[in-house]
Amino acid sequence: MQLKCKSKSFANISMTLAAATCALVAPAMAELSAPEDSEFDSWDVDLGLLIYAESDNQVQAYEGALSITKQIDDERSLNVKGVIDVLTGASPNGAVAQNRVQTFTRPSGNGSYTTAAGETPLDDTFKDTRVALSTQYQHQLSRLWRYSGGANVSKEYDYLALSVNSALARDFNNRNTTASVGLAYAYDTIEPEGGIPNPGVSVDAPNNRLEDSETKQTVDLLLGLTQVINRQTLMQLNYSISDVSGYQTDPFKILSVVDSDGWANDYVYESRPEQRIKQSLFWRTKYNLQPSGQVVDMSYRYFWDDWGLASHTIDSKWRVPLKNNHFIEPHMRYYYQQAADFYQVYLDEGETIPEYMTADYRLGELQTYTFGLKYGFPIAGNEFSVRLEYYLTQVSGDDSLAKGVGMSGVDLYPDKSAIMLQSFYRF
Amino acid sequence: MNKVDSFNKSYRLQRQADYWLGEFSVMASPCQILFDKVTEAEADCLTALAYSEAKRIELKYSRFCDDNIVSRLNQAKGRAISLDEETIRLIHLADLCFQLSDGLFDISSGVLGKLWHFKQQTLLPNDADINALLVHIGWQKVQWQAPLLTLPAGMQVDLGGIGKEYAVDKVSQLLQSEMRTQQINSAFLVNFGGDIYANQLRANGDAWQVAIEDPKHLGVSKLMVSLAQGGLASSGDSQRYIEVDGQRYGHILNPQTGYPVAGGPPQVTVYAQNCVQAGMLATIALLQGEFAGDFLKAQDCRYWL
Repeated sequence: MQLKCKSKSFANISMTLAAATCALVAPAMAELSAPEDSEFDSWDVDLGLLIYAESDNQVQAYEGALSITKQIDDERSLNVKGVIDVLTGASPNGAVAQNRVQTFTRPSGNGSYTTAAGETPLDDTFKDTRVALSTQYQHQLSRLWRYSGGANVSKEYDYLALSVNSALARDFNNRNTTASVGLAYAYDTIEPEGGIPNPGVSVDAPNNRLEDSETKQTVDLLLGLTQVINRQTLMQLNYSISDVSGYQTDPFKILSVVDSDGWANDYVYESRPEQRIKQSLFWRTKYNLQPSGQVVDMSYRYFWDDWGLASHTIDSKWRVPLKNNHFIEPHMRYYYQQAADFYQVYLDEGETIPEYMTADYRLGELQTYTFGLKYGFPIAGNEFSVRLEYYLTQVSGDDSLAKGVGMSGVDLYPDKSAIMLQSFYRF
Repeated sequence: MNKVDSFNKSYRLQRQADYWLGEFSVMASPCQILFDKVTEAEADCLTALAYSEAKRIELKYSRFCDDNIVSRLNQAKGRAISLDEETIRLIHLADLCFQLSDGLFDISSGVLGKLWHFKQQTLLPNDADINALLVHIGWQKVQWQAPLLTLPAGMQVDLGGIGKEYAVDKVSQLLQSEMRTQQINSAFLVNFGGDIYANQLRANGDAWQVAIEDPKHLGVSKLMVSLAQGGLASSGDSQRYIEVDGQRYGHILNPQTGYPVAGGPPQVTVYAQNCVQAGMLATIALLQGEFAGDFLKAQDCRYWL
């Protein structure tokens, strides 16, 4: 009997063909537009506005951003971006809720505020305006090599951040693979009103302040690999490591010192190590469904540091084109974080004050869910989009720590929610 | 030049149910451009632009013209000819396709058409005639060092296997560029005798519906394909074939044997990013004969057999 199912194996040549056929027609476009110089004379302007509001009148932020990109020539482009943020509202100061009214000295040392019984103490002195300016330069050095470098300065009332960055990328494998290496350096100065608090010392103690200001330096190294898998799929892998040294304590955060009945009779300033090494691994896949034009974007990040903090982030976006160049993009994100080693919700009275401690929920065990929806459509031929997102942060910890008369029944780990509305226009 | 309507234009414009249709004839093919959301004046201007570009490509690369780059190459008698930018890109692509297809896609194989013309042909060509032509076929024999191309004396090239798909992509690119300049936002579909490119979804959110002709029943649609964006090309022996002793000989010729490729599907339709890519994949697939399906499966592309 004759075997009928003959078959033969073939190499995939469509990627190579795709690259070659794009080159066939694409340069003609540059030839066409070059005489008019329209490509190089134009400035791309991006305008963004953002409103962020947390539940229970906590932080509210308003942000305006303006970004201008100038294509200098075929090889070079320059971007300048300015951002103004206004933040108001209150944020948790780190102290635990109590079954009685609590009074706190303001971080500046001048004046005080009170928190009702059963409420999580919030510091209402939080009001700041931040102005940031950054510039980024890109240069296609040769057919395969690309350079990018930039500088950033950001100033708020008590904080100054300066940074520079530099990155080099090279294409391989018919431009299907891009490898990149980047370095960044940042120098931050904090000058809180009233001076740097003395960690572990009572907020009410006299002479509990140290220097006027502190600094922090960060060196980042980023290694990236981007791979075109096929015509529809793009995959990205990044590894980054950061070395942070200097003052990393939050001078506005305190911890309650609680007695055996659960009453907080004192509050001390928190303290964090001066050294931190942060690492992260990032994997992302973008899938372009043809011919419908839908784009699915999924990513996972694993982050860990030598403070014992570790986190997992799963993020997914799905862009669906609608008629008339409108599109809709649902967004879902899940974040889980394991607490830093020195996180504790309060200190016990009579125990030795540890070298490092924080009750800042942002270093505690938590999970955040984000649900968002973006809608875009053209206005005068340019893309306009609006994004609405809802965040829910669930802080977790040992509930049995709400002990004694002072804390029985209080919520040591209150949930937080926030909404964000963002609009974006490019012209 | 064909005079196709009473207004003495080389193209014709018609309002259809919900789009403008520009029509002309170039490269011996009926050519259509469908504009989704444009005014009549815009459709007229864009069709004129498309026609002149398609005609330019036809005149430049037709092997029936006496004074173009193809005829200069074919009459060079072994001398090197210096090519312009556009031709260099096309020859680079032809060279790449020759390598990727292990020599099956060969722009020097056109002379076989003298023996396999399929015009009232009832007899197979004899082996001696075929062998005499094979001497002058084989892209590996040329010297190609851009911009210089040297064909051995007696050898000829024919860009007919790329030209129509190239014209579709080039015209599409030109339309997109012109529409950007004029700030026209409209979907369009370019169809040159079954080689197709569409730029985007239509304003009502629908994709274009493209009918693929059944090779066995001319004029009858075999299947409908939804095309939102990208290229679509078909290759097949629907119209040109002979049957001798019950064996069907199609017009896809193997440049290494000089005989039509046997055992393959009658027609292949491929979707790709652009029309040239779709066309090359479809042609190279048919050149694989009975293994056309295996080849297409390995390409990770959408196709219809």
